[in-house]
Amino acid sequence: MAERSFAKEVQQLRLGAGQPFHGEGILAVTKALLQSGVSYVGGYQGAPISHLMDVLSDGKEILEELGVHFESSASEASAAAMLAASVNYPLRGAVAWKSTVGTNVASDALANLASGGVRGGALVVVGEDYGDGSSIMQERTHAFAMKSQIWLLDPRPNLESIVAAVEQGFELSEASNTPVMLELRIRACHVHGRFTAKDNRRPDFTLKDAMERPERDVSRIVLPPSSFLHEQEKVNTRWPAALRFIQERGLNEVFADDGQDVGLILQGGMYNTVIRALQLLGLSDAFGNSDIPLYVLNVTYPLVDAEINRFCAGKRAVLMIEEGQPEFIEQALHATLRRADLTTKVHGKDMLPMAGEYTAPVVLNGLRAFVERYMPDVAVQGGVSVPAPVAKEVAGSVDPRPPGFCTGCPERPIFTAMKLVERELGPHHVSCDIGCHLFSILPPFNIGNTTMGYGLGWAGASALNARDASKRTISVMGDGGFWHNGLTSGVGNAVFNRSDNVLVVVDNGYAAATGGQDIPSSLADNPNRATKNPIERAVRGVGVTWVRTLTRTYDVARVRDTLREALTTKEKGPKVIIAQSECMLNRQRRVKPLMKRMVKEGRRVVRERFGVDPDTCTGDHSCIRLSGCPSLSIAPNPDPLRRDPITQVQNSCVGCGLCGEVADAAVLCPSFYRAELISNPSWWDRLRHRVNGWVIGRLQARIDRRLERHAA
Amino acid sequence: MPLDLDAPSAQAAQGQDAPVRAITIAVVAMGGEGGGVLSDWIVDLAEHAGCIAQSTSVPGVAQRTGATIYYIELFPEAAAKAAGRDPVLSLTPVPGDVDIVLASELMEAGRAVQRGLVTPDRTVLIASTHRVYSIRERTAPADGRVDAEALIAAGKEAARRHVFADMAHIAESTGSVISAALFGALAGSQALPFERAQFEAAIRRGGVGVEASLAAFSAGYERAQGGDAAVAVPEETTETIREGVKRLTDYQDPAYAQEYLERLAPFRASGHPELLDEVARHLALWMSYEDTIRVADLKTRASRFARVCDEVRLGKDQILQISEYMHPRIEEVADTLPAGLGRWLLGSTLAHKVLAPLTRRGRVVRTSSLGGFLLLYAVAGLRPWRRGTLRFQCEHERIRRWLDLIRAMAPEDPALAVEIARAQRLVKGYSDTHQRGTRNFERLMALVPAMRRKSDPAGYLRVLCDAALADDTGAALEAALAEAHLEAPR
Repeated sequence: MAERSFAKEVQQLRLGAGQPFHGEGILAVTKALLQSGVSYVGGYQGAPISHLMDVLSDGKEILEELGVHFESSASEASAAAMLAASVNYPLRGAVAWKSTVGTNVASDALANLASGGVRGGALVVVGEDYGDGSSIMQERTHAFAMKSQIWLLDPRPNLESIVAAVEQGFELSEASNTPVMLELRIRACHVHGRFTAKDNRRPDFTLKDAMERPERDVSRIVLPPSSFLHEQEKVNTRWPAALRFIQERGLNEVFADDGQDVGLILQGGMYNTVIRALQLLGLSDAFGNSDIPLYVLNVTYPLVDAEINRFCAGKRAVLMIEEGQPEFIEQALHATLRRADLTTKVHGKDMLPMAGEYTAPVVLNGLRAFVERYMPDVAVQGGVSVPAPVAKEVAGSVDPRPPGFCTGCPERPIFTAMKLVERELGPHHVSCDIGCHLFSILPPFNIGNTTMGYGLGWAGASALNARDASKRTISVMGDGGFWHNGLTSGVGNAVFNRSDNVLVVVDNGYAAATGGQDIPSSLADNPNRATKNPIERAVRGVGVTWVRTLTRTYDVARVRDTLREALTTKEKGPKVIIAQSECMLNRQRRVKPLMKRMVKEGRRVVRERFGVDPDTCTGDHSCIRLSGCPSLSIAPNPDPLRRDPITQVQNSCVGCGLCGEVADAAVLCPSFYRAELISNPSWWDRLRHRVNGWVIGRLQARIDRRLERHAA
Repeated sequence: MPLDLDAPSAQAAQGQDAPVRAITIAVVAMGGEGGGVLSDWIVDLAEHAGCIAQSTSVPGVAQRTGATIYYIELFPEAAAKAAGRDPVLSLTPVPGDVDIVLASELMEAGRAVQRGLVTPDRTVLIASTHRVYSIRERTAPADGRVDAEALIAAGKEAARRHVFADMAHIAESTGSVISAALFGALAGSQALPFERAQFEAAIRRGGVGVEASLAAFSAGYERAQGGDAAVAVPEETTETIREGVKRLTDYQDPAYAQEYLERLAPFRASGHPELLDEVARHLALWMSYEDTIRVADLKTRASRFARVCDEVRLGKDQILQISEYMHPRIEEVADTLPAGLGRWLLGSTLAHKVLAPLTRRGRVVRTSSLGGFLLLYAVAGLRPWRRGTLRFQCEHERIRRWLDLIRAMAPEDPALAVEIARAQRLVKGYSDTHQRGTRNFERLMALVPAMRRKSDPAGYLRVLCDAALADDTGAALEAALAEAHLEAPR
């Protein structure tokens, strides 16, 4: 079960023609897929695409009604390969993932798909994780579109345009026998807006038809001589067909072109930002009625030379607003105009920054430079109000707030244990992976050297396997990365190449970092997926003999001892520690409502939480440095003689017990206590409580009498 | 009700004859704090009040406790109808173009100010004054907290109007969440042209925790109407000696407190109030060092049981059980024995062998059960014999040397004497932490004569103490010492 439920929202997928849809961009994409008569959908989760996958999972019933097959693909490569169904058959299919990381993984299948071409519409929805809030390397999906000749849509970021892009994307794909990518920036995926719905469409040709009446066409398979033919087809047939379709259907848009001699060319996704910047400069109203002509590229690849020439003819200069680098479109623009002998001056990365997100202030500055140079008579407005000087001064009081492990996260104790082992054996080289566990590289743990990609944690340490080294390396991999490819790229590779090093597999039961989706080793009962396939069996299956499964990561001493054993044992060969405990975020979502219900029903429920005694805490915060749990915070010292803040456990504590275990394993401090709150206690609880309370009360009264005597 | 753009607040934000533009709202929060719920309420409120509403956010890793921004734009539907077109709304806030900033925590409000989202001619800043400490603040070995007052002052200076209130307190006292209190403060601030009832209807339509949310909403609303909330500054008592006497009586007995006063006597006569205050504070802390007897004593008190009940919010029909995490090592056992016996134990390999298995793992003691309570009660009962313990002798020997050093320095260099008194703060914590602190303390004390040859000995000692407290590894102290050239090369 995913972190967020869309059970309520998916009802909007049933909306019919003319009804208003209100919701998130990614949900609108899903609705558009159903309106387009899609036959199959696949993908791999990862922000900002996770919600699309979660919506489809929660919308299973609606998909079944329409005969749509949905898969949670094992990886982006699996998802891309799924589009092969559209090669021989008139089936529309869509897949989705986080880009560019997912496109990297998928590119083998994508290149093969693009080479042979498609018969049914094939759409790849990529969530472009670029700029603010991104968790990956800053690159462009554009390059993949160019290298494989896949058309790239970058629609204006409003729901009407996004939905239209999905529908037109399928048609473009079919008209040009080419797969199409739909690029959505992260905020566009999560934008709440509205559009007018159409009826959903059942596919005319079904998956069943394809399976029962298979067709083949050897010329669609990538092997010589067809592969050479494919390249010729791309250039001579599919490309011109795409250009025709784009122009005939008016996929790109021109606004406010009333004979002015300057203009702006922009990616569709930049449109709202450009209009806001123009508005702040006094060059547009709130509805996009601009004083400067705009040529909006809702298709950023291929470019339509004829449209470019038409827009630029008669203009002294244009400003190309293209986010990301290299500046592929700007370069192409230069070549196009040169070929057409047009002397229009092209500006772009000279007035706007080469790298980084194009936020409104960035675009505002670029536009101002362009307007001042070419429209000196236009009085440009100041744009925005100026912050008070205090804005600069306050910087010293604002700390960075990096993401970190959640309250009670079962991954935290693994790194605490690593810290403790480090104290004994000194530092080790640690190869990290993609997932929540990568937060180990940040304070308070500061553990980890590199991360080479999802599932590649162990492969990232494979060179460091010297026979004469006195220390072993530690690699980390999540269960998500393990099933994505780590089983082969990491574990199989280590067995085959006789690695003598250590892998810790963080098995928390979900693809947790992407929103808690189920994976093959999940322990949840999932009616639609085969779960409960243990990682240990897979690891042993590929030939690892030294395997330890720890079923409770919160037992820090045990994790520490197992790690120490793995690092120091005389036994040669790869060593795998599988550290299991359920993702706390998902556990709380699962357990909390259950507990509430049980209390209401009058059943005995014990809730645990931890606390710190303020009068024994001396405020050195070692416990926080070894844990970093958000619920383990500080508070002013109630002791008038002390100044340093004390440690305090906040009520958000979920009682995982790590702080107590750490205090114990690291021999820190006796200030921690565990409180068990028993709701609806049994008669035995009550009796014991009464007897204990009576005796303890009398003894405490004696203590109090002493204190009073002295105070007098 | 259709959006009334002539309402005073909207007018102020928009200017009298300026063209129609969107109302811009930024919610600054930390992932998982309910910023999403708040922006959903605002969108729902606006859509039901005749507005086109757009909101965006950046879920992803920021949702795992990192700082994040939710951004909302509202536009009157009537104006769009009149124009025959939908407005083009921005997906990101533009610094200098934000009408309302809602901050779920004080440092996040400061971050919004720093990013220029809060500007004096247009922004209404609504912020909670409570603190969620950053990882840097929490992991500092001493006090790493930033000045909350400075953050509040910056917010007040940067904004056109401001509402500061402890929304976490409101949320807690109403059993709700911060976003509900903020939503109430937004309504109360009248920064949006909607009525209170429209806000409350949005909460009802949300359908989750409605009653508690409405209570928090109401409290937030009143805070915003009432203007600025005074922020309580914890006042530190100046009666340090009185506190010291109280502490030591509680710790041991009145005679022990008398001893404290006697040791302080020379400093009372010195006519140096700052020195007296520092010595009084740190002597009291040192004389009440945390040994096993003290820990057991504090953990068994009725007042402590009451405090825990309060902290975990024990319900009327619930029963509480308390368990302690203890890890006494051989050292702690020896410390609690009579000095001679303790020394023998520490020196004896046989005793180590016998005791090692018993002290290797920590123990969890259930203080709310009879067995656990009696165990701790018995240990606390060793208090009358404390003066004879090994730990007592060691600590008091160190205290004597420390006081002698302060007294020796006081006449010639009172500033240095004050710093020596303050250096006691290096010694804190338990087991390893305590040993490391003591080691650092003794090392610095030994260097005091060398420091006196420098131009500002007090400054040197302060810097070195801060370095000793900067990390666990001692790296900062080593670096500072190397820079100071105080030690003979080792």
